[in-house]
Amino acid sequence: MEEVFTMTKNSYNTAELVAIMSARLLEDGKIIFGGAGMPLISCVLAQKMHAPRLTILFEGGVIGPHIEPGKLPPSTNEQRAARRGNMHLSITDVLLLQQRGYVDYGFLGGAQIDQYGNLNSSFIGDADNPKVRLPGTGGANDIASLASKILVAMHHEKRRFVEKVDFITTPGYLQGGDSREKAGLTAGGIYRVITHLGLFDFHPTTRRMRLEALHPGAQVEEVQENTGFEMLIPDEIGHTDPPTEEELRILRELDPDQRYTRAKDE
Amino acid sequence: MPRSYKELREVIENKDRGLREKVMSLTEAIHLIQDGDHVAAGGCHYSRTPMAAIWELIRQKKKDLVYSRSISSTEGDLLLVAEATKHVITSWFSPGVTWGVSRAMRHYIQEKLAIYEEWSHMSLGLRYRAGAMGIPFIPTRVMLGSDLFPRLPELKEMECPYTGEKLALVPALNPNVAILHTQRCDPYGNVQSEGLPFMDQDIAGASDKVIITTERIISNDQVRRSPDRTSIPFFQVDAVVEVPYGCLPHECYGYYEPDFSHMDYYVKLMMGKGPEGVKEYLDQYVYAPESWTDYLEMLKFGDILRATTDGRSVYND
Repeated sequence: MEEVFTMTKNSYNTAELVAIMSARLLEDGKIIFGGAGMPLISCVLAQKMHAPRLTILFEGGVIGPHIEPGKLPPSTNEQRAARRGNMHLSITDVLLLQQRGYVDYGFLGGAQIDQYGNLNSSFIGDADNPKVRLPGTGGANDIASLASKILVAMHHEKRRFVEKVDFITTPGYLQGGDSREKAGLTAGGIYRVITHLGLFDFHPTTRRMRLEALHPGAQVEEVQENTGFEMLIPDEIGHTDPPTEEELRILRELDPDQRYTRAKDE
Repeated sequence: MPRSYKELREVIENKDRGLREKVMSLTEAIHLIQDGDHVAAGGCHYSRTPMAAIWELIRQKKKDLVYSRSISSTEGDLLLVAEATKHVITSWFSPGVTWGVSRAMRHYIQEKLAIYEEWSHMSLGLRYRAGAMGIPFIPTRVMLGSDLFPRLPELKEMECPYTGEKLALVPALNPNVAILHTQRCDPYGNVQSEGLPFMDQDIAGASDKVIITTERIISNDQVRRSPDRTSIPFFQVDAVVEVPYGCLPHECYGYYEPDFSHMDYYVKLMMGKGPEGVKEYLDQYVYAPESWTDYLEMLKFGDILRATTDGRSVYND
């Protein structure tokens, strides 16, 4: 599924909101493995704002690139994504750095997510008779199995936030509780989900998705209406600050043609 | 069934591994591929794709190939619609994230006209590496707990004999023929690639035969001046073909970016008409031209010039 975002009544669209809210979570000095699309642009945005020492890894085999504004790559496996890196290495070896424990964050998009943070990018419908055959995992399964903390950026819609994904391409907390560890995935796990409505984390024992903070203008009811499972709502809910002029300016310099941050209605 | 270690070794032991010239035409090189072979392509997605080799094997009407690649882009569509393969092993299959999900791929897989065997990117890489290492599998910590696992009968789980941990075992992949594109190669087959190495080195080591297409053939003296730049040694290589712009409309690091206008044109045709659109494309751009040079002449010079200028810009500070 292509990423779909809509205009909000504010001076920014929902794709821009997700990119900015994601970028804010990325700490300077950390190492992050970025997926294509929204993760890529959020990593680059963070680098241009508060995290100039954020080291980005892409599965194409690049360590520490600095992407040129206006030349965002449509894949993480090509030369624009390799711009001004510290090292080029094979796909297998860059992904293996995560297995050794070098990577703080993995950052992914997804077509479908469930209450335990499992992602589907393989099949809509039954895998043996799919309604839609999606492109597949790429490095997503590897990243979510191995990086220390996983971030997921998505548009918040009922058909995308489902009780159980049609197919677990990429493991979150599997069936909840300690099922992830029992399956052999002893490291990592989903850390945050970033949508155009808010930030979400996971309950420490049940591993169910939980609202952490709402973005400007978003309501709890709106979150529930757009979620296909029972979202945990804690007593205290945080609120994020609206995107700043500077954040929007830098983002628009990075993606002047809005290839990644286009609103649905445009 | 995978071939035995003895069989895999014999192929290598029986090869003429002497230092000898292997320069030939694209047509001659692709004759090394037999119907039914497992062909692995180097590069990744729309980068350093051995497009000229794929173009030629479609023209030679190769059939029943197993096709593997780390990530497949538009070249995968062409192979499916040309009916060169009904079995694709990859980790991601579509032109690129901003171009949407391939309608050609969807048609062939959803209508069960072909199989898309999906492995995670790293596990596919480890499969080639195990193949190159001459071992039957590599243990890893990916794919566990996912629904990809039960769909892959060759993928096994084991308890580590040292730690008792649960591990996934990915089996070696030993293709019959590797098709790899590079920037520079000498007549003996010493490959010197620039930019992202992808999985090429492991694919070369894992395969029975290796076909190299190259932007430039350089002298062996040039190779010996910077042997640290050599990524594939001559004795792994069976054919060397000079094919400038051999990846177009895909990119070749430091030489040219993708021809984005041609990619947009192809995707629009493919997404608009599905496999019928790809058939039209094959007729016009693969079957009709008399040579790869004729094919290049069908692309717009201005577009190639822009792709080349942008491609070379990686060396600007």
